[in-house]
Amino acid sequence: MAQFTLPANSKITDGKTYPAPAGAKRVKKFKIYRYDPDSGQTPRVDTYELDLDDCAPMILDALIKIKNEVDTTLTFRRSCREGICGSCSMNVDGTNTLACLKPIDEIEGDVKIYPLPHMPVIKDLVPDLSTPYAQLAAVEPWLQTDSPPPPDKERQQSPAEREKLDGLWECVLCFCCSTSCPSYWWNGDRYLGPAVLLQAYRWIADSRDEKTGERLDALEDPFRLYRCHTIMNCTKTCPKHLNPAKAIAEIKKMLVMRR
Amino acid sequence: MGMQSNLGRVRGMGSAKDGVHHWWMQRLTAVALVPLLLWLVISIIAHAGAGHEAVSAWMGQPVPAILMILLIIAGFYHAQLGVQVVIEDYVHNEGVKFAILIGLKLLTVLLGVASVFAISKLAFGA
Repeated sequence: MAQFTLPANSKITDGKTYPAPAGAKRVKKFKIYRYDPDSGQTPRVDTYELDLDDCAPMILDALIKIKNEVDTTLTFRRSCREGICGSCSMNVDGTNTLACLKPIDEIEGDVKIYPLPHMPVIKDLVPDLSTPYAQLAAVEPWLQTDSPPPPDKERQQSPAEREKLDGLWECVLCFCCSTSCPSYWWNGDRYLGPAVLLQAYRWIADSRDEKTGERLDALEDPFRLYRCHTIMNCTKTCPKHLNPAKAIAEIKKMLVMRR
Repeated sequence: MGMQSNLGRVRGMGSAKDGVHHWWMQRLTAVALVPLLLWLVISIIAHAGAGHEAVSAWMGQPVPAILMILLIIAGFYHAQLGVQVVIEDYVHNEGVKFAILIGLKLLTVLLGVASVFAISKLAFGA
């Protein structure tokens, strides 16, 4: 049943403020969620004032500048800093996105940065994504065939067949979409979520894969697939401009067509 | 939290191999309800100000009675499917969930049969 009292660590207090360096002209405030479950303290929001004249343009640049020059205890994931690795997914200004692809000047007023919603927090902006990773493994996201590969060449695919994978293969598994989905918030233990369903469809749509039927069997479930109620938050938030909602709709369509 | 692996926990009891029928029937009843509800709204407007006798006599005629019974069946079926989804979304205690789902199904059947009986009575007389 619904919980009427929230856990203690959902109450966020005001934290420290780190003022801008003297002589700063273009000051922007970054309000960042800080939480260390091991400390026994409730989460807080620290305020960091940065001089934008002395900072590179993206949100991730600001986070790296804070960690390097202001507060080394700030914890976040990042790797490629160009939208390919999917590590720096977080909630910026109320929307899940990749910090490396989000320009600071797109945000009016203070920049509020929180971890991906409704995931356990390991520290600060680092969520525990082990459940979505396990869900990805559960849909077996690799090519599965019974036919042996041709002895002298790769498995072939026509340009038209290859085109069906466009809009699917580009996913970087940042889980911005899954963690923006209310159905995933309430039933994330059983609903696979948009990111994993998009990956499942990527292999269903692959002309070389021979396990389409088994893949559809595994998804045909009131919770795994049908918790999607077409709210479209996934498509709206995707920093790579993909359309997980459409992939889910295609799976539902195939399940009706094969009856 | 036990010590089960994440993959084992996520795979759980496996796929229920169910859900297509529910999804399809929800769409089908939705499509059926569009013309039926349009007909009902237009008919109610057409009978504005008419007395109980006149409306009862109209509803007892074959075409209105048949359309009204179809509307009742499609409407209660659709409502049952929709409320079931809401319950599954938000009620996480398995026992409470099943109790509500059983109650919901029995209640919609009861209300549907009672409504069909009422229309039949108008059509075939007391």
